[in-house]
Amino acid sequence: MALGEPRMTVTSESLDVTAVAAAVAGACDGAIATFVGVVRDHNAGRHVLWLDYEAYAPLAVRTFEHIAAEAATRWPDARLAIHHRTGRVDVGEASVAIAAASPHRADAFAACRYAIERVKQVAPIWKHEHFEGGEVWIEGATADPADDEARTLAFARACT
Amino acid sequence: MHVTIRLFARLREVAGASDLTRTIPDGSTAGDAWQALVAEFPALGDHTSSISVAVNEEYAKPATALRDGDEVAFLPPVSGG
Repeated sequence: MALGEPRMTVTSESLDVTAVAAAVAGACDGAIATFVGVVRDHNAGRHVLWLDYEAYAPLAVRTFEHIAAEAATRWPDARLAIHHRTGRVDVGEASVAIAAASPHRADAFAACRYAIERVKQVAPIWKHEHFEGGEVWIEGATADPADDEARTLAFARACT
Repeated sequence: MHVTIRLFARLREVAGASDLTRTIPDGSTAGDAWQALVAEFPALGDHTSSISVAVNEEYAKPATALRDGDEVAFLPPVSGG
């Protein structure tokens, strides 16, 4: 286990999925599921050049911790680490890396999926898309951590 | 009382500022602070129905009461991941 590797962070540095996994790995675990979100070269018919990510960093880290606490109510033996990029992220680069460790694979997969669904719903982070011919702010959900419907949807997606 | 207002992403661009310090009446809520901001930057009014609010780096409600020195953040719909 990498000592000092934070479980939750927002960083302008490149993401390292091995480090994210190391932040949660323990001797009791039989599985570590990881998810890496990557910038792709197309969106809504546009040719994407790069994304600029903006975050309200302190609230983002608290939100990641809150997501982990929610996951712990469903999968008590699973632990999560969530690392998210800020600044310019080029096509092919990782924008988010998540690791979920658990004694058993089913819970690791489910907690990992839950975490990315919730990050997209409630983390105070924004994509500014630079595409061929222009730029646009991408806006998804209005963030409301207390919205039970969104949380229920995330749990449902995690368990399919 | 004095409050610090933080704006992000599109809201930051509309107002042309990411950090503002404003004096608002004692007893104001986060929603009151937003309305004062809309009075100053009318173009922000288009976003009233879609924003989230945070007070002192925690998600809050428009009805959340503010205190002197608080940091109030207004967030457009998020798109992380």
